[in-house]
Amino acid sequence: MENKIHLYTVSVYTENNIGLLNRISAIFQRRHVNIESINSSVSEVEGVSRWTILISVSEDQMKKIIGQIEKQVEVIKAYYHLDEDTIYQESCLFKMSSNLLLEDAEIQNIIKESNANIVSVFKEFFVLEKSGLKKEVETLYEKLKAFGILQFVRAGRIAVTKEPLEISKTLEAMK
Amino acid sequence: MEVSTKNKTKSISGSQALIECLLAEQVDTIFGYPGGAIMPIYDALHGYREKINHLLVRHEQGATHAAQGYARISGKVGVVFATSGPGATNLITGIADAQIDSTPMVCITGQVASHLLGTDAFQETDVMGISMPVTKWNVQITKAEEIPAAVAKAFYIARSGRPGPVVIDITKDAQFGECEFEYQVCNQVRSYVADPEIEKSSIWKAADLINHAKKPLVLFGQGVLLADAQKEFEAFVDKSGIPSAWTIMGLSALKDSHPLNVGMLGMHGNYGPNIMTNECDVLIAIGMRFDDRVTGDLSRYAKQAKVIHLELDPAEISKNVQADVAVLGDCKITLPLITEAITRRSHAKWLSQFNDLYQEEYDVVIKKEISPANDQPISMGEVIKLISDKTKGESVLVTDVGQHQMVAQRYYEFSKWRSNITSGGLGTMGFALPAAIGAKFGAPDRQVIAVIGDGGFQMTIQELGTIYQSGVDVKILILNNEFLGMVRQWQEMFFDRRYSFTEMVNPDFQIIAKGYHIPANKVEQRENLDTALDAFLNSKGSYLLEVMVGKENNVFPMVPSGASVSEIRLK
Repeated sequence: MENKIHLYTVSVYTENNIGLLNRISAIFQRRHVNIESINSSVSEVEGVSRWTILISVSEDQMKKIIGQIEKQVEVIKAYYHLDEDTIYQESCLFKMSSNLLLEDAEIQNIIKESNANIVSVFKEFFVLEKSGLKKEVETLYEKLKAFGILQFVRAGRIAVTKEPLEISKTLEAMK
Repeated sequence: MEVSTKNKTKSISGSQALIECLLAEQVDTIFGYPGGAIMPIYDALHGYREKINHLLVRHEQGATHAAQGYARISGKVGVVFATSGPGATNLITGIADAQIDSTPMVCITGQVASHLLGTDAFQETDVMGISMPVTKWNVQITKAEEIPAAVAKAFYIARSGRPGPVVIDITKDAQFGECEFEYQVCNQVRSYVADPEIEKSSIWKAADLINHAKKPLVLFGQGVLLADAQKEFEAFVDKSGIPSAWTIMGLSALKDSHPLNVGMLGMHGNYGPNIMTNECDVLIAIGMRFDDRVTGDLSRYAKQAKVIHLELDPAEISKNVQADVAVLGDCKITLPLITEAITRRSHAKWLSQFNDLYQEEYDVVIKKEISPANDQPISMGEVIKLISDKTKGESVLVTDVGQHQMVAQRYYEFSKWRSNITSGGLGTMGFALPAAIGAKFGAPDRQVIAVIGDGGFQMTIQELGTIYQSGVDVKILILNNEFLGMVRQWQEMFFDRRYSFTEMVNPDFQIIAKGYHIPANKVEQRENLDTALDAFLNSKGSYLLEVMVGKENNVFPMVPSGASVSEIRLK
């Protein structure tokens, strides 16, 4: 099997139970695989959590990891996809000085052109939100850096797949 | 809706509810050790002494191994009690052993009261976090009313599918708390598939490969024993006529005397099956997981063969060896389907090649191992062979880890189903003595012989106290070479004979046995061996026999680490 490393988006549907984060992250840790980003949220099915995990491994490794994830009692189903098979977004927040809005017209253009949103404005600072591909977020970061970023944070990737996952059917079958 | 009187609820303490749950699960024996955070449960247990047996071990690790021995021999779930903190951390080795060897076990640990969780309270430890990577499932209970459902789920998960260990951590306030007791056996957990659906196409694909095979080889593992598929497996072997080799976890699933049983796989396995793995055209793996000790170098393992893998755990398919046909499912069901679909054949010529290789191995290795020249020291092999003959291969053999383990697997000729108990995957020294105690509780009518090296014996030697206090009948054979023999062998072969910390200066085991009021004897001369073994095997109650064996004897054949199975060495 080929050993080429790919960036995979792993989507895991699980029961919503305490301790599952440990169980799932331990699978990667045990195999010395670095998690590039991880996100846990509710899913389209009530009471079912959805995890989006980003890792770089070979496909052979990926298949084995999926097997180990699905083996966990409280995991319903796990999938892996390449970027082209998903629609994904990453979002971030910038905290910037409010003076910039008044003093510098350029920053307003940057905000407009990048499709970022001002989510809050205070006397001292304002907060800018940007969602998009990793590259778009990085470009905005580079542009704003020159103005002085007070705080920056980026959330893990979230992704939906182009193919249907039909988790409800899987759940039905499990009954 | 009618309310059944059987399910009528009553209000009892969480601790009492736990014991009632165990009774509902037909638990007859608990292996444990009390302590502060589990005292309410032990207090409840005191009221059930007539209904449930509790064995007080001398160290919590011993409780886990005893539960493993009990589970392996009986096919039931082993149950362990331990307190929080050090009590719970002492369980980890046994839990890890049960996880890698797929042993059903439910460990119940006491935990500090819920308001103290995370405060570094006395004897508090994160049992959930520590046990998570080595359990099939674990859960923490902080309310009494959660106990019955959690216990039901725990037993179901531990015993169903590919079995494994489960931890239930119960806070002290949950043990004291009151709950309405109602027990419902668990038969399903939504996100968990115990028995994958069998694909009919995989059955006929497998049958087709088998029917057209010219040089097929069966590899069987513990899956056959766990599936309780004795008859189904033997019927398949008989009809297919295929030479069949075992992993150490699969040993005793097929009588050693069966004409198609061609012996042991792997590092210290038999010459024939290792060499023929790289000669066969179809490899049929049944309930085994291609451990590295079985396969040697994977890149040179059975590359010429089509591989059929009968396996219950989907994660094992193509994990180490790519399967051409994966027959997913319980082999108790899949084996008869395949047996029905194949034609009756014999592979006499192919089988005779195994026999030729066995003869070669016999001449170079086996003969001198089981009947050494008179000027040679006693060998482990001759002791095991004598015991095998004297017991007609009918005893339960519990082995520790190391040279004696490999020798015992090789030379005890098992004639009874499910009779071999050993630490396979984890290789836990200290396993045998407590596991033998548990095995005797699991099979009181059978003779249980623990075979242990002088190193491993001293890792759990305190369980002699458990034997004395409980009066359990375990025959303890110490094969003493005053070395950590397997490590010494590797040092001799691969590290220029630099015996770095492998020599043991041992205490007088005879005096130790005497201290525990266990009859004992020591054999140093070959002429005393036979009568000493008779006294050992015929003793009423426990007995410790120490046999001084050759200090620097090696176990052969051997597939050196990193070599291919076909590079197996006879010397």
